[in-house]
Amino acid sequence: MTDQAYNFAYLDEQTKRMIRRAILKGIAVPGYQVPFASREMPMPYGWGTGGVQVTAACLVPEDRLKVIDQGADDTTNAVSIRKFFQRTAGVDVTEATADASLIQTRHRIPETPLTEGQILVYQVPIPEPLRFLEPRETETRKMHELEEYGLMHVKLYEDIARHGEIATSYAYPVKVEGRYVMDPSPIPKFDNPKLSDSPAIQLFGAGREQRIYALPPYTHVVSLDFEDHPFSASKAPHDCDLCGAQESYLDEVITDDAGSRMFVCSDTDFCAGRRAQGMKGRLWASPEPATEELA
Amino acid sequence: MTLIQRLTATDQPLLKVTGLTKNYGRRIGCADVSFDLHPGEVLGIVGESGSGKSTLLSCLAGHLAADQGQVIYDGQDVLAMAETERRRLSRTEWAYVHQNPRDGLRMGVSAGGNVGERLMAVGARHYGGIREKATDWLGRVEIPADRIDDRPSAFSGGMQQRLQIARNLVTGPRLVFMDEPTGGLDVSVQARLLDLLRGLVRDLGLSVIIVTHDLAVVRLLADRLMVMRQGRVVEQGLTDQVLDDPQHAYTQLLVSSVLQV
Repeated sequence: MTDQAYNFAYLDEQTKRMIRRAILKGIAVPGYQVPFASREMPMPYGWGTGGVQVTAACLVPEDRLKVIDQGADDTTNAVSIRKFFQRTAGVDVTEATADASLIQTRHRIPETPLTEGQILVYQVPIPEPLRFLEPRETETRKMHELEEYGLMHVKLYEDIARHGEIATSYAYPVKVEGRYVMDPSPIPKFDNPKLSDSPAIQLFGAGREQRIYALPPYTHVVSLDFEDHPFSASKAPHDCDLCGAQESYLDEVITDDAGSRMFVCSDTDFCAGRRAQGMKGRLWASPEPATEELA
Repeated sequence: MTLIQRLTATDQPLLKVTGLTKNYGRRIGCADVSFDLHPGEVLGIVGESGSGKSTLLSCLAGHLAADQGQVIYDGQDVLAMAETERRRLSRTEWAYVHQNPRDGLRMGVSAGGNVGERLMAVGARHYGGIREKATDWLGRVEIPADRIDDRPSAFSGGMQQRLQIARNLVTGPRLVFMDEPTGGLDVSVQARLLDLLRGLVRDLGLSVIIVTHDLAVVRLLADRLMVMRQGRVVEQGLTDQVLDDPQHAYTQLLVSSVLQV
């Protein structure tokens, strides 16, 4: 099969039309999970089949695409999805958040604030925030319909009872515009405040579970909590060892078998950008542009 | 308060059931059941297996859709109201105690979480307050406070049933449905549970509809008794009257079938 055998962005036009209808419905009802006829994609479930379908349906030839996986542009998932769209859609790609018109992400929101006109597509493994407490789909749909969200707080209660604090650190449930409780996909709860009032369109695609949901620009999103145990957007209490950033979400990297470790920004574009401006972290010794190979 | 005083304290029934009918295809679930339940009254429903007791209870609680009839709760038509409203009632003013505690509890959630769920469902958002109330209710049903973070799967059958009762009563319901609450428990545990239930019912002034096949349970708890057979009510009256002087042939059989120790 040659490259010409593919339609633009892999999916056929009728499928994209169907997905776009689901997206529009999702945007019209923020936080509501819209069922859609998810297709088989040339990658395994769990690798972003939902996100890829949403991206394919949104992509136009003028788009500039950025793909990140846990904040990084150079990890397997990001590289393979970026290549997939380079080959099937021929669109420009970039690693700079500010330059991208469409960003597909797995488990992070970029540190650089998003702007109007950008689309952020999330890959979602399990779209139903109530799933682990209520296994019946009929029942969870009924609970969304009737706004019976007490159960979500039972989960947080259990966290505090067992760990002394709300130990949920990712996929932290949020309430959208005072109506639907939504799973923000497994982003760290550090990123939760960025969901709210974002100028960008945020789309969520779950391929295996066949659900699409969305946050239109400037949607009010609140993280659930208790009055006496308020939500806090936590991160590792360190600075980035490469760029010195104090306010970015960090990955912990074990560097030897004697207990040494370093903390680095999980957002590689953000970190490289700061270093390009001359900012240095604790362990940034080499002036050689070792990271420039990415660009 | 004596029974008579309680019955006459208000002349408006809390629950008024008229001609309630539920069929499963061509078979009868329950047929043409009518009764009034006054505030603070305990109504026992007895009958053999398959007599339609549980069907009736499920219809009343809104778990099953009745085919005909009317259920008026506190002036509202339960069968005609929107599901939102009915589910709100079942979270706040009603409670349902299942025969098997596993049906009424969340087995993967701690005892405190189980009791707190109804509080959180009606909007409680203060962890300390929820926990305090859960501890209080565990105490009332004689579960030690240090078991609050254990899961129900670590509890004995009797404790699970008591936990289910605490979970149901924590929001201060007015009407409690009980489906064989003592089923599957050994007699000494049954006796303690009945004692506890009787105390709670009297203290809180609950209206209760209790379905059972155990005549000893209704003798202890129920003010009034309904005997069902093949989906129909064959006899009803004050508990002692029905049990001591049964009129219908089936009730006579039922009463005489109780084993004497």
